[in-house]
Amino acid sequence: MIALQVTILLVVAVAGAVAALIRQPKRQIVALNIYGLTLALLFFAFSAPDVALSELAVGGVVLPMIVLLALARVRRHER
Amino acid sequence: MTQRLRLVLLGTGLSTLLGLLLWGLHGVPPFGHYRGPYGQLVDTVGERERHVTNMVSAVNFDYRGFDTIGEEFILFVAGAGCAVVLRRQGDPAERTEPSGPLGATEATRTVALLGMAPLAVFGIYVVAHGHLTPGGGFQGGCITASAVVLVCLAGRCRTMRRIVPETLADLWDSAGAGGYVLVGLGGLAGGAAFLSNVLPLGTTGHLTSGGTMAVISLAIGLEVTGALLLIVTEFLNQLQRTPQEDA
Repeated sequence: MIALQVTILLVVAVAGAVAALIRQPKRQIVALNIYGLTLALLFFAFSAPDVALSELAVGGVVLPMIVLLALARVRRHER
Repeated sequence: MTQRLRLVLLGTGLSTLLGLLLWGLHGVPPFGHYRGPYGQLVDTVGERERHVTNMVSAVNFDYRGFDTIGEEFILFVAGAGCAVVLRRQGDPAERTEPSGPLGATEATRTVALLGMAPLAVFGIYVVAHGHLTPGGGFQGGCITASAVVLVCLAGRCRTMRRIVPETLADLWDSAGAGGYVLVGLGGLAGGAAFLSNVLPLGTTGHLTSGGTMAVISLAIGLEVTGALLLIVTEFLNQLQRTPQEDA
């Protein structure tokens, strides 16, 4: 169990760093999405399935959707 | 401010932070050892007192139900704030829908269409079983809202708006938030304190157990679904073109 938790913590650290380091907004949304999914796995591995469920829905769908829409709006404005 | 001074400031700040962090970590209980008495107490008496199996929900919706009202209204105010700041005036019929703002590919569309129905059912399941299995109103509400948002991700934003129009999202948002308060007032009407669990508790493990908890979970589910869909719809409205903008 500890090995699993340590592995997932490392995966989350890498995913978070990747999401922060990517400079291109559209790709960053995808990275952010993957980061959300790894976070959900992390909460699940630390026996917090309640939190994992919220993270899955918010980090997996709602947050990327809002960022995507905001990005689309900004693009349109620039054109 | 010179480069050197900035580096010195940064170094002082970081080393102070590191020192404080190490000092704080020194007194932390060992990993995985929970020292609070409250959690153990709820684990022991929760099932007997409230006839539910998910103690997280017992704390959120019953023992500390008042805190959850505050959290629920945070989301309610966030949704209302988005609506106030982003909502455009004028006749919606005059605006033209963006043809494909997100440009869904065939693959995205297939996955979204496949996921929609199971996700909606799962969301409602999670809301309804909040007091029995992990989950509850917030989680289930997010999942249900995600199912609706998938319609838009499949490139059918107009269909999403037809399924849940802005007014319906508004209505769910406020009905859920108001419903929670009404349950609380029900406690007063039952001759007890605000938010006390006055409904029959039922048999442990049954869908109808837990008294007011199941009702509160439903109210939160409605509120969260409504608020999230409201926020997404308001963002989506920003992509619409008005005739003036097109000209």
